[in-house]
Amino acid sequence: MKQNKQAFNGVLATILSILIGLFVGALLTLITGLCSPNIGLSGALDGIRLIFLGLLSTGRNAMGALSFGFNPASIGNMLFRATPLILTGLSVALAYKTGLFNIGAAGQYLAGTCATLFVALEIPSSVVPPAVIWVLAFAAGILAGALWGALPGMLKAFLNINEVLACIMTNWIAANLVTWIFDLSNLKNVTEGTKTGYIYKTTFNNVATPKLGLDKIFPGSQVNGGILIAIVIAVLVYLMMSKTTFGYELKACGSNRFAAKYAGIKDKRSIVLSMALAGALSGAAASLYYLSGNTEFFWSTYQSLPAAGFNGIAVALLASCHPIAVVFTGLFMSTLNIIGLQITNLTAYNEYITDVIIAVIVYLSAFSLLFRNLLAKAGKKRETADANAEPARKEVA
Amino acid sequence: MSFLIRETLTYAVPLMIVALAGVFAERSGVINLALEGIMVFGAFIGCLFVRVMQQNEVFVLLPKSANWPQMQGFILLTMLVAALLGALFSLLLAFAAINLKADQTISGTALNMLSPAIVLFLIRLIAQQNELTLFKGDAASWFMLKKSMFGIPKTTSNFFVDTFLNKVYITTYVCLILFVVLSVLMYKTRFGLRLRSCGENPQAAASLGINVVKMRYAGVVISGALAGMGGFVYSLTTANCVANGDVAGFGFLALAVMIFGNWKPLNIAGAALLFGLFKCTAAAYSTLDINGDGVFLLAQLSKDPVWGKLLNANFYRLLPYLISLLVLAFTSKKSRAPKAEGVPYDAGKR
Repeated sequence: MKQNKQAFNGVLATILSILIGLFVGALLTLITGLCSPNIGLSGALDGIRLIFLGLLSTGRNAMGALSFGFNPASIGNMLFRATPLILTGLSVALAYKTGLFNIGAAGQYLAGTCATLFVALEIPSSVVPPAVIWVLAFAAGILAGALWGALPGMLKAFLNINEVLACIMTNWIAANLVTWIFDLSNLKNVTEGTKTGYIYKTTFNNVATPKLGLDKIFPGSQVNGGILIAIVIAVLVYLMMSKTTFGYELKACGSNRFAAKYAGIKDKRSIVLSMALAGALSGAAASLYYLSGNTEFFWSTYQSLPAAGFNGIAVALLASCHPIAVVFTGLFMSTLNIIGLQITNLTAYNEYITDVIIAVIVYLSAFSLLFRNLLAKAGKKRETADANAEPARKEVA
Repeated sequence: MSFLIRETLTYAVPLMIVALAGVFAERSGVINLALEGIMVFGAFIGCLFVRVMQQNEVFVLLPKSANWPQMQGFILLTMLVAALLGALFSLLLAFAAINLKADQTISGTALNMLSPAIVLFLIRLIAQQNELTLFKGDAASWFMLKKSMFGIPKTTSNFFVDTFLNKVYITTYVCLILFVVLSVLMYKTRFGLRLRSCGENPQAAASLGINVVKMRYAGVVISGALAGMGGFVYSLTTANCVANGDVAGFGFLALAVMIFGNWKPLNIAGAALLFGLFKCTAAAYSTLDINGDGVFLLAQLSKDPVWGKLLNANFYRLLPYLISLLVLAFTSKKSRAPKAEGVPYDAGKR
């Protein structure tokens, strides 16, 4: 009963955060619209409508007004983009549950990208069946992510370096290293002359995630079976964390390393494993994104880190780090992503407005505890009021 | 050699001043992970200010030495504006960390996400592209100090003039002076002692009548001002006064510099110079003539069939991050962070 109430307050706090985030986004749209002569009030109102309803947008009608309705392509793309977000969200959530802040998801994602693309493109599909290559590439991405995650884990466990700083450094090392590796490789796309700086799509080697019929439901979108894999992984993470001794050990080590050690849990091993698992999830995120076959990787990435890593933080925090909830917040974040695209296409605004919304939500979730305590207090007051009221009623009876 | 020292200073100075920004926040007890975000914001504000002033022709900018006091004054004013807005932005962190007792790592990360988002959103609206460039003229080098401004004839060339007076930015010297002044403020004044006490044992500080909340606000706001200014200095001196929602991880490097420097100004200055040297090597290794004998050693090495596989642009770009990780690994045992950093102040906890 009490647990239910807590969960309910958690959900309420999340919804409140989302609403405030959207409101801030709308406000920013309104202010910038009114300040800019070529947007004006009507343009600003269009932008605000898209912030709330962008997923259902079907473009503009003949009159030039925004039209809304069921848009299968948008929803399919939303599911496709949710795949890496759910997995990086799980990565951050798993680490957070074990007392570690995994800000290194971006670097682990890059490591996964690199390994996946190498395996998927270097093994000739004329020799090995594409399905086998797909599995190998997926496994390679997971493994590379795990190794890259284990690195800050080891620094934390054995040398007591703050994992946040270690992760920040390994992120940038990954960004530089991946650029270097691809610079030396022969995987740079040179056949399509119009595009420079990209690696071949995996379809170049006939490797792609099966669509599993999802493209029939959402025609015109990039959706594939990856989203189902992500959901299965989320359930597995949930089972591991809450139903197994191993998950319990990891969590115990997170809440108090020394108490866990006293109880006979190998604390150093737990920290390294937590980070390795988190890294594996981020690596899987990258694998599923690039194995889709219609996504391209811009390899000269030494100056920037992939947004998927940082948005994973938002996904996890919004879900209070609950693995199942991560699926839903991942879907929400990718909805925001689609909304951003619609805003760029249909108005004078740009997709960064949704990044602002995401950042505001993360900012709010930093003190979501405060929200939750306030809600709990309000709940308690009501309870005591009820308790006082009940005997009174009995007396009457 | 002159070139190497000059460029190293150019890269070291923003690192130094932003690392000091981190010290002010952490010594008062608040982890400022948002340094990167505040730098991005400061860089944007600075570049926007320069651009708007150019558009409105408030300053008639002519790349002539006759106008140099006006141009330098203009740069100083821009630094001030970037600092003010950086301080304003850091209030978001202060409010969350001090008043709401929020998780400081998460709120810092949130600001690191918020700042590039807002900045890019606005840049796209203002400039219809992802970069905010100078309005008139094409180079930030207009704002450089040149030896002719000091009445030194063009033919004069010696080590001192070449290194410290020619083709340098006034921001470098302003930051160095500020660094010294603020270090004295932190370590030799009553205010500094009080600030530091709030980062070590806030309850004890409060028992002596120090307002911990006020002190922490002061720490974060000073930190924000310095980081905002550092962001503008970075974009002016190394990015041609262009704002693009990115400072290439300088804010994070500054954090590493701060930890490497063990939260002490002199060590931080040393660490910043070391990292500046690495950054400078990465940016200019191909034109680096170390001892002035006309031999570009590093450029030659990068073309060498054997050594060139390792010692190339990719390697030099990777180096600062790799070194900082190694340095963290080797100094972590000796590292002594402020005791109460990251812990929200709870007056009832004595």
